[in-house]
Amino acid sequence: MGSLEYLKNVVTLELDEVKCIGCGMCIQVCPHAVLSMNGIGRVEIQNRDACMECGACSRNCPTEALTVESGVGCAAAVINTMLGRESTSCCCTIDPKQESKPEGKARCC
Amino acid sequence: MSLPSPDQPFVSGSVKTAVTYIPQISTSLKWRDHWGTIRARWGVGRMYYTVDPGLYALGNPDENSPVLASANYKMSFDRLRESLRDRDAWILVLDTKGINVWCAAGKGTFGTTELVERIINSGISQIVSHRNIILPQLAGPGVAAHLVRKYSGFKVSYGPVRAHDLPAYLDAGCRATPEMRIQTFTLMERTVLIPVELVEALKAAVFIIPIAFLLGGLGGPGGYWDNVLNYGASTTAAIMSAILAGTILTPILLPFLPGRAFAIKGLWLGLPTALILVLIRRSDMAIRPGQLESVAWFFLVTSITMYLAMNFTGASTYTSLSGVKKEMRWALPVEICAGIAGIVLWLGSRFAA
Repeated sequence: MGSLEYLKNVVTLELDEVKCIGCGMCIQVCPHAVLSMNGIGRVEIQNRDACMECGACSRNCPTEALTVESGVGCAAAVINTMLGRESTSCCCTIDPKQESKPEGKARCC
Repeated sequence: MSLPSPDQPFVSGSVKTAVTYIPQISTSLKWRDHWGTIRARWGVGRMYYTVDPGLYALGNPDENSPVLASANYKMSFDRLRESLRDRDAWILVLDTKGINVWCAAGKGTFGTTELVERIINSGISQIVSHRNIILPQLAGPGVAAHLVRKYSGFKVSYGPVRAHDLPAYLDAGCRATPEMRIQTFTLMERTVLIPVELVEALKAAVFIIPIAFLLGGLGGPGGYWDNVLNYGASTTAAIMSAILAGTILTPILLPFLPGRAFAIKGLWLGLPTALILVLIRRSDMAIRPGQLESVAWFFLVTSITMYLAMNFTGASTYTSLSGVKKEMRWALPVEICAGIAGIVLWLGSRFAA
């Protein structure tokens, strides 16, 4: 049994090869080995369907060569968003009213 | 400069530095730490399971010791300190509002701004002679390494995904093997998530089950309370079975269930669960109420297991937001319709002649 993989052909990850300087930070931060270095010192997407759109690669790309519509792949969060609730992520809901206070309390469902 | 409180159970002393005394933390977990982990796994007090943000000394670190960052969720902090037994390091705890590293990074609380401010306010730059800080790899979604360097002077190195790989990572001169960089989802990693999933589902069941009981008494052949015990109790058992299948069997069997969408995986658990329930129930299939009840259970049980399995995408380590949205576009309407059909058929079975 190989590593678990979610739906095919849905991931929004994009790489602009021209902007890539081959620093390799994206390869370091990717938790699913989506990216690899090619023969000429540039990054390429080798396993697109394994991407979970966490956004670590694009966040750490100094030249904005990588873009992805990042978010948390969580059904409860999608439902919360549809219902217009504040939280955008299911495992970590931070109460916006309390966040501003110094003793700000966090909620985890 | 802000220091964390020394009045925390895991603080064992203090370490003198060029700047001030820094609280020293123990690397061996006590029974109360383990008990805290168990409680948090069951969702008890999980929102307030925190440590004071700020700089801590682990072992007897000096100006050359490595600096590692962590979240102020107590479980994250415990995993880090127990992995560094017999080591010397500086631990910089960020204020992530008590949320674990990965979730906090996703929300941006384990982020570039918080890290830079924490580096500056902790006085770490006067305590160590180097300018390197090691972050958990899963902080990546929130932290831009190149910006941290620009604003704080510290060079970010991403450590391994799992804290227990840290000794090997440090001994290799801050180099991670490819295995250390992969977020897995092993049987053990899935199993520890079961209690929280179960508790959350049961919180909803507490409202649904009394209604099923009371409605079970309506119609039917016998008196109201006889019906409650017969039809209400058996339907409650069906709902509970669906919850157990959706929150316990889904995590355990996840890689072996056919399909990529989690709702499909839930379907493969819901159908056999419903079949077993109907076989145990031995309704009189010759009469209309027995037929309706059996079909109703198929719809009810399957819709619940599909929903709960779909819900497990949030706990899984590999589902993308685009994928979850695509799955939900068909799965959520199917689950709602099947659930409604189940309720209507079941109510029908109570009044069918």
